[in-house]
Amino acid sequence: MAEGDVKILGGWASPFVMRPRIALNIKSVGYEILEEKVGVKSDLLIKSNPVYKKIPVLIHGDKPICESLVIVQYIDETWSSGPSILPSDAYDRATARFWAAYIDDKWVPALSGIAKAQGEEAEAEAVKQLLAGTTLLEEAFQKCSKGKAFFGEDSIGYLDIALGSLLGWIRVTELHGLTILDAEKTPGLVGWAENFCADSAVKEVMPETGKLVEFAKMIFAKTKAPPST
Amino acid sequence: MEDLKLHGSIFSPFTCRVIWALKLKGLNFECIEEDMTNKSDLLLKYNPVYKKIPVLVHGGKPIVESSIILEYIEETWPQNPLLPVDPYEKAVARFWSKFADDKSLTLYGFFVKVGEEQEKAVQEGLEILRNLEEHGLGDKKFFGGETIGLADVGLGWIAFWLDVLEEIVGIKLLEESKFPRLFEWTNNFKEISIIKENLPDRDEMMAIMKSRH
Repeated sequence: MAEGDVKILGGWASPFVMRPRIALNIKSVGYEILEEKVGVKSDLLIKSNPVYKKIPVLIHGDKPICESLVIVQYIDETWSSGPSILPSDAYDRATARFWAAYIDDKWVPALSGIAKAQGEEAEAEAVKQLLAGTTLLEEAFQKCSKGKAFFGEDSIGYLDIALGSLLGWIRVTELHGLTILDAEKTPGLVGWAENFCADSAVKEVMPETGKLVEFAKMIFAKTKAPPST
Repeated sequence: MEDLKLHGSIFSPFTCRVIWALKLKGLNFECIEEDMTNKSDLLLKYNPVYKKIPVLVHGGKPIVESSIILEYIEETWPQNPLLPVDPYEKAVARFWSKFADDKSLTLYGFFVKVGEEQEKAVQEGLEILRNLEEHGLGDKKFFGGETIGLADVGLGWIAFWLDVLEEIVGIKLLEESKFPRLFEWTNNFKEISIIKENLPDRDEMMAIMKSRH
């Protein structure tokens, strides 16, 4: 498939955009990235994702596919001769889908909740929720990895992509003094994070923490309410 | 004989999704009625993270979250498929199945809110229906095309539960004049025999929802 046939509408800082990029890298499929400007939605984005008007969108030929995890599954099924992203066993697939949905529905809001929290009490509550979730993810890792390096065992899979794409933002949050991936409490995830970031499918698309910090400052300057005092 | 147990309640649209999928595939299963005001130890053991129904237990292994259960059923028993073969069409079906999950609480909002918040919830509900009418259904009879698929099963609660809520609250969201195709879809969906035979009794549903209002 010619490279021009696969495009991703996205942004370098978005963990959700990183997901299909990692998936395409795993399949050794070339693609063009069309960088959306922050705060401005292009006509192509609005036309390709009229329901949500959000990135990422994968455009394959002339067909748009939306929602990062739907896109990852599409990539896995379309380029089926490459390494598999979802597990082959139906029960393992259900487990991977469960934790990926948990990450998006519960864990990501908890992570972003810390930055958005107004006041010490709200922040402490958000941290408590996040760390409780991280404990669950450590247990999930121990079960899914079966002693190997990744949730997908020997190689990066669906659940690795779902959680690993967030590592940049996890690091940014940790810079504020909070330990999320703890060598004592979540040793599996600590080792996993290193392996994930070192993987060839991930290295070139994982943004530098410093750049994300600058990006976050810019975004929060635009959206955060001034202190009540 | 498959060892299938479904923990849930016919009054829950999320449980019904699973019942419909299992019946469409011609599968036998045991239904275990769960009382959400008094959750069984088994339910808490099978679904420690969310403690919710439905839970499908296959050969002793629990699968939770209705959309994930549907995909599991589809992959394990491929007869009478709920998903198309083509990866793009599959992605479209999954998109709308996810839309159904992500938006159901918002669509339910008009039932539980009052005053200004309710007005806002009504507008949000109408926007959801607009998206389904224009971008989801288009010219198709069902979201799955000529026959029902994953997205229809996921959105099925709109065909039955929504008008129960509308009647109690006295606000109509899904008006035929505003959403003619979606309205027709609700009729077509309820006409499917597997669906028709596996819906909760409307009067009982009314009574339950009234008590929650």
